Amino acid sequence: MLVKPVAIDIVSELLLHLRLCIKDLAHFRISCVGNPYSKMDNHVLEPSLYVIKGIAILDNDGKRILAKYYDPNTLSTAKEQKVFEKNLFNKTHRANTEIIMLENMTCVYKSNVDLYFYVMGSNHENELILVSVLNCLYDSISQILRKNVEKRSLMENLDVVMLALDEICDSGIILESDPTAISYRVALRNDDIPIGEQTVAQVLQSAKEQLKWSLLK
Amino acid sequence: MMGMKRDKKDEEDASGGNPFHNVEKTAVLQEARIFNETPVKARRCTHVLTKILYLINQGEILGTTEATEAFFAMTKLFQSKDVVLRRMVYLGIKELAMIAEDVIIVTSSLTKDMTGKEDTYRAPAIRALTAITDNTMLQAIERYMKQAIVDKSPAVSSAALVSSLHLFKTAPEVIKRWVNEAQEALNSDNVMVQYHGLGLLYQIRKTDRLGVTKLVAKLTKMPLKSPYAACHLIRMVCKLIEEEESAGGEVTTLMDYLESCLRHKSEMVIYEAAHAIVNLRRTGPRELAPAISVLQLFCSSPKPALRFAAVRTLSNVAMTHPAAVTACNLDLENLITDSNRSIATLAITTLLKTGGEASVDRLMKQIASFVSEISDEFKVVVVEAIRSLGLKYPRKHSTLMSFLSGMLRDEGGLEYKASIADTIIAIVEDNPDAKEAGLTHLCEFIEDCEHTSLAVRILHLLGREGPRTKQPSKYIRFIYNRVILENAAVRAAAVSALSHFGATCEDLLPNILVLLQRSQMDTDDEVRDRATYFYSVLSRKQAALNSQYILEGLQASLVTLEKALLNYVQHPSEAPFDLKSVPLAPVIEERHVAPTGQLDGGGSRATPASVAAPTATRLPATATRQDVYIEKLSAIPQFDSFGPLFKSSAPAELTESETEYVVRCVKHTYAQHMVLQFDCTNTLSDQLLENVNVAVEAPEGFDILVSIPCDKLEYSVLGTCYVALSLPESVLSSTGTCSATLKFTVKDCDPTTGQPDSDDGYEDDYVLEDVEIGVSDHIQRAAKASFGTAWEEMGSTNELQETFSLPAIRTLDEAVRNIISFLGLQPCEWSDKVPEGKSAHTLLLSGVFRGGFEVLVRSKLALSPEGGVTMQLSVRSGDPEVSELVASAVG
Repeated sequence: MLVKPVAIDIVSELLLHLRLCIKDLAHFRISCVGNPYSKMDNHVLEPSLYVIKGIAILDNDGKRILAKYYDPNTLSTAKEQKVFEKNLFNKTHRANTEIIMLENMTCVYKSNVDLYFYVMGSNHENELILVSVLNCLYDSISQILRKNVEKRSLMENLDVVMLALDEICDSGIILESDPTAISYRVALRNDDIPIGEQTVAQVLQSAKEQLKWSLLK
Repeated sequence: MMGMKRDKKDEEDASGGNPFHNVEKTAVLQEARIFNETPVKARRCTHVLTKILYLINQGEILGTTEATEAFFAMTKLFQSKDVVLRRMVYLGIKELAMIAEDVIIVTSSLTKDMTGKEDTYRAPAIRALTAITDNTMLQAIERYMKQAIVDKSPAVSSAALVSSLHLFKTAPEVIKRWVNEAQEALNSDNVMVQYHGLGLLYQIRKTDRLGVTKLVAKLTKMPLKSPYAACHLIRMVCKLIEEEESAGGEVTTLMDYLESCLRHKSEMVIYEAAHAIVNLRRTGPRELAPAISVLQLFCSSPKPALRFAAVRTLSNVAMTHPAAVTACNLDLENLITDSNRSIATLAITTLLKTGGEASVDRLMKQIASFVSEISDEFKVVVVEAIRSLGLKYPRKHSTLMSFLSGMLRDEGGLEYKASIADTIIAIVEDNPDAKEAGLTHLCEFIEDCEHTSLAVRILHLLGREGPRTKQPSKYIRFIYNRVILENAAVRAAAVSALSHFGATCEDLLPNILVLLQRSQMDTDDEVRDRATYFYSVLSRKQAALNSQYILEGLQASLVTLEKALLNYVQHPSEAPFDLKSVPLAPVIEERHVAPTGQLDGGGSRATPASVAAPTATRLPATATRQDVYIEKLSAIPQFDSFGPLFKSSAPAELTESETEYVVRCVKHTYAQHMVLQFDCTNTLSDQLLENVNVAVEAPEGFDILVSIPCDKLEYSVLGTCYVALSLPESVLSSTGTCSATLKFTVKDCDPTTGQPDSDDGYEDDYVLEDVEIGVSDHIQRAAKASFGTAWEEMGSTNELQETFSLPAIRTLDEAVRNIISFLGLQPCEWSDKVPEGKSAHTLLLSGVFRGGFEVLVRSKLALSPEGGVTMQLSVRSGDPEVSELVASAVG
């Protein structure tokens, strides 16, 4: 090294000072970074049919029974989803108050016996749209399970419940919001639906089939 | 016997709890072999398939081979006629499509189902087909899709429309051809088909504003049956209004439509319309009134979601139009006791924004009663409301402070605590009356603070503010306690804080020296280093040393200083390292930005997100701008001899924003040179510009050294050209005006490819606005923690004093803002805040002139009785000419 000793002195003093400053600054910044909400809010909602970010059904331990997340940018990994569900369950299982904001999403929910139903949307989303989807989810499952909305019965009919979920929401777009139409589409055997909730066409269809069977016998 | 019993019990457990309880991946995939058996056992296959789907849904990950095997086994199940099984196969296809290989093998089976007779198969088959289709196959199924869109079965039609929307992302060109079918779907009797039809139609027309305008005009006249479709239409209308507004178009009919939606029969649509009106930029009190009264009605709805939606929107309006929300105060008060804590919190924060000073005490009491029950996110919202309240009603600081200190003592996460500390700091800085109380609360808080970063921040603040209070000695105890009790990072910060007291308060110095001496025995090297450093500086008892090495800290930009030092060590030279060669860090405008941004940045819904956002983005953004310039300029060899970059100005527009060519100018100042950087954009798609440069006529004393043109300027690609000037010898003549003209060769070109039509071009030029070189371009902001010390230290050798009268300026606030922007100096000791109702004020400014001369300005302002402001300006600096230049700049 050819540096004059005096210059080295100054440089090392500067480096010391620099280190002090950097440390102070680092502590200063800690509270500023790592903030999950760094996106600025949008003024006007972009018109889009992709309104649902996720639908989940949890049991009374907060364990997932079924869950679907539709937005590739939010909660895309199974791990993130599990953490979110745990958090969501902890915040909602005690107070049944229908709506909560969590991790930049609006979540509407409903529970019965040992089941918790959740519908998630962006925090700018019209809350009533989300509620309408939640109601549709709950009512169609209630029809499928013949008003017996509890975990055991849901697990026994898991295949049909999966189909119903698929009929309600397709990759984030609301596909259907009428519970009767849903339970019809998931191909319930017609006699499963109470007669009062059947459409005329359905009644005719089942009558026809019964006639056919009686002739075959 | 025992064994049997247990078995039985196990069985019961398994069936009673969860039939899928012990499902295991490999076992299930083994079971999937049953799919290959003929005839297909529908019930068992359905069960196994359900298990596979359940596993995937639980987050189990299937390998490609596993997935492909399962997928192929599954295709065998098409033989079965069982409805549920077939539907489960569709689901399986969708789930496995992303993982398995060769999924297109099922295309023909699915196409058969989608065109078959069985209605229950057709809709889901279309959706499953979408999942496996790629662009090449899309052509083959296009005909079927178009038919499906207009199918008489609503399920099929909806499925086809939704699938088209998904496909739009990858193949927009194909989907655009289906516009007539989408149009027909829009007229469907089924509500969902109508909704999906509208969605697809909008997606296709989105980029064509005239098309959207026509569509909206048609739809606003015919009532939409589906509430979802109505909501979607409202969003389209909003977007159109914003676009028309910025283009200067007429929007009255659209606004009328929004208002008419407030009388829709569905609550969903009413809320959507109210929310839309509130969020529009153009909305004034007249438009607000009907929307607000609708929201007011919702506040007393039995549905929690509706109350939540209403109060959230109201709290948002309260930020921009507090007066409009006042009418709802009574309804909001009723919501304070709502069982949904989120609603209660929002109601209170809204009331805090709209209520008068008198109601503050009562509301604070009510918040205190339930603050422990709400989530941290909402606590942050409450704290933010208190912060804006503190700024609005300075007289209420004692109530607010005691409330905040109570919150500080409660349980809570770092983010929550940090926001409280921030609020106290903001109130302390804003309101001198609250300072002592605020500092005391913070002192008490760090006694028991588990967050290191927060403790360090508070210690830093104490070090800065404490010495200037009436009784500095009382803080010493709190700070020294940290030195004894805390971890190394906090101890080090405490030592730094102590040294500030030593440097400022002479009577405390002996005590501080003793304390620092003790800290030299610390176990941590950082703490020892700091203690030794500060001890040796303080023991000299020289005010100049104190202010330079303790109070001021380092003003150079850390990143560039590190680079410069590294460079120095790698290329040793005879000369000692010169700190002045390192550019100063631009002072970051951080205080007060957050609360004001909160107040006028409204329009967005109130969320914790909007609260925290400004803090997160500010620091890195400003730190890098200068670095980016340095990087860019150092790449140009012609500028090498100029030395280090001193300052870069903010970009100034030299054209209107909507013209053919858009030019912005950034002025880079060096010790003896200035580089003008022109960022040019060509907004004409049928022109290619070549050899673009800016001809500058320099003012007297300036010499143009070099002009670097930009070779080619394509449509909407940013190009940069530079002009380097040498600055005049005499500092006094370093301001002036340059006229500038953009000169270039135009070649006509094809708008789509950008290729020029021919090689011939013609010369053309374009007159730009003048580039002003002002005093502020030569001055870098640099804060002084203690202006008085620096002022005394500088001495009066180069002092200049002048008195001006500024008749055009009405208020002291305006005068302060003008002076700061004109001189480009940094206000010190918060002297940029003029207390309300005062008729005189002293503004303290500091900075560094190019060449490293410090500049201090003390400006006494007074409102003169005959209107206008009188100003006495005193300038001190290291150079007489610099003083003269700064003093003459204002006049």
